[in-house]
Amino acid sequence: MNMLTMEPAAPLLSIRDLSMRFAKNRSLSDTIAGRPRQIVSALNGVDLDVMPAETLGIVGESGCGKSTLARCIAGLHRPSSGDIRFEGESVIGLKGANRRAYNRRVQMMFQDPYTSLNPRMTVRDTLREAISVHRMREGAAIDRRIDELLDLVRLPEGAADKYPHEFSGGQRQRIGIARALSLEPTCLVADELVSALDVSVQAQVVNLLLELQDNLGLTVLFVAHDLRLVRHVSHRVAVIYLGAIVEVGPSEALFSRPRHPYSQALLAAAPSLDPADRKRAPALSGELPSPLDIPPGCPFHVRCPHAAERCRIEKPMLRPVGAGMAACHFAETISAA
Amino acid sequence: MANPQQETVLELRHLRTEFGSRQHPLVAVDDVSFAVKAGEILGLVGESGSGKSITLRSILGIVRPRGRVGGEILWKGRDLAALDEAALRKVRGREIAMIFQEPMSSLNPLLTVGLQISENLVAHTGLDAKARKARAIELLEMVGIPSARDRLGDYPHEFSGGMRQRVMIAIALASNPQLLLADEPTTALDVTIQDQILRLIQSLSRDLGMAVILVTHDMGVVAQTCDRVAVMYGGRLCEVGTTSQVIADARHPYALGLLRSIPRDVAPRTPLYSIPGAPPALNALPLGCAFTTRCPVAGPECRDLRPPLETVGQFHEVACHHRVEALAHFRQQEAAQ
Repeated sequence: MNMLTMEPAAPLLSIRDLSMRFAKNRSLSDTIAGRPRQIVSALNGVDLDVMPAETLGIVGESGCGKSTLARCIAGLHRPSSGDIRFEGESVIGLKGANRRAYNRRVQMMFQDPYTSLNPRMTVRDTLREAISVHRMREGAAIDRRIDELLDLVRLPEGAADKYPHEFSGGQRQRIGIARALSLEPTCLVADELVSALDVSVQAQVVNLLLELQDNLGLTVLFVAHDLRLVRHVSHRVAVIYLGAIVEVGPSEALFSRPRHPYSQALLAAAPSLDPADRKRAPALSGELPSPLDIPPGCPFHVRCPHAAERCRIEKPMLRPVGAGMAACHFAETISAA
Repeated sequence: MANPQQETVLELRHLRTEFGSRQHPLVAVDDVSFAVKAGEILGLVGESGSGKSITLRSILGIVRPRGRVGGEILWKGRDLAALDEAALRKVRGREIAMIFQEPMSSLNPLLTVGLQISENLVAHTGLDAKARKARAIELLEMVGIPSARDRLGDYPHEFSGGMRQRVMIAIALASNPQLLLADEPTTALDVTIQDQILRLIQSLSRDLGMAVILVTHDMGVVAQTCDRVAVMYGGRLCEVGTTSQVIADARHPYALGLLRSIPRDVAPRTPLYSIPGAPPALNALPLGCAFTTRCPVAGPECRDLRPPLETVGQFHEVACHHRVEALAHFRQQEAAQ
């Protein structure tokens, strides 16, 4: 699918200047000393558009805010500031029936197949709960729908009356997908959906997701740290660093020619499958700075091999570079080199 | 590639580790034989439950007393499988050291890092207090912890995940072990930090002539770090060879399938190859080849007749009755895609 031709279409989700701050609990010694509460800035002004029926990959190191972003979109966190618009309507202040309608249309799937299902509910109970809370079906139609859903995610017959512990990790993720699909959502948020699975099983779940997306016309936010997988499933990819998007662009363009020095380092650090292109020095030195204390200027300048004086002072804005957007003062000169 | 003249430091012969009752044992490791040379990094690859971690733990006897270890573990002319606890304790940590997957839970949170390093030095060397401190600083510097002298008094929670893994490695190296057993040392870390830790292990092995057995499920990690690879499935070895042999020229249908399910050189968003089914449970292993039920080329004899490891090239061994068919099957698959 060529996303460029879809560009004029209105975005399904439009995120503007989204910030999420968590206040840390003050320790006793801090309270006595009168030190102020520490603030964790998990998201710092995220701007992002998600187009209908596309898969947007979101990548970054742990602690960069990718899960927080996913949770804000799914309505599990209330952002500190900024706006999320869904089909043009702001969803931040939604209440009552409107909130429930949004919650139904944007469904989240979680990372851990072992803790995200209630161990004391059979698959049928789990699905029935979701279906009846949102009044998707009534009476006998519920059971028909459950069979339909299990068939859709290719769970064996008789799976409906089993408990989560009777399934393997891959099958449990399918139950998670069925639960999300039971509400006939428009958008799926997959937070590390297959990270906990073995490689051979990962492929089964990814194939299922791709197929369902094409058949049902779903929009998918695919949050993951496996870059190879993200490249494979995504139309576009956003790279997050310290709670802000540093680069976003069409998947192939971003992976074959990353523009931001952080994207370049992240891609270089991913282990290549070719034993011939081994390197001796690590791709990126240092670690992610603490989100309690974000560096001024470009947040990446402390680890960036190309950092100049300007990067220490002026925060670069996301601007068009090549086929996508990058937040780097020197994106053109760096990617030309 | 390790120097072929280097001496073999560890040799496993017909290692078998079982749990549970003697009447119905659960065999986690079944007839595993391999050797590691000084300065060599051997990768042990497989899915969860394939027995790779248990193999490592069997070497040091830390599966006992629940597990029963059979076969021979030849370490410098001695059989570790036959040693009692007291004798094994002299080998553990001194000659053979081990690092674990979770740097968060394998350090003592109540002791400073300096104390945890010198604990090991007290146990395994004759250094006095002053020399121990000097050595502790030297070790922390060697693993790349900045301002090592000031960090000796810090507690584990004051270090990040990557730094804790470095501390673990420093503790493991304290007694100059000749063999390092690394059980998924980077699985919990980000790719950028994983890259740093793997380069560190590589340079230590090269500079100190230390042998390493690296357990991982990530073929990329293997390609970038290991000299040789052993692929495990259902507690048995199915393929052993140099890294380039296994990655570029795999012959066992499981190894072929595993490599095939990793997205590379496939058109974006097309279905990935996936190995059907799920790994077998330890109490349901077939008599013959453990991979029979998921194998695309299995014949009638595979279920009952265990294929032995057979040499297919220099250093390259494969345990499969249908090697030729397997290769043809996957070649055809590849051509079709």
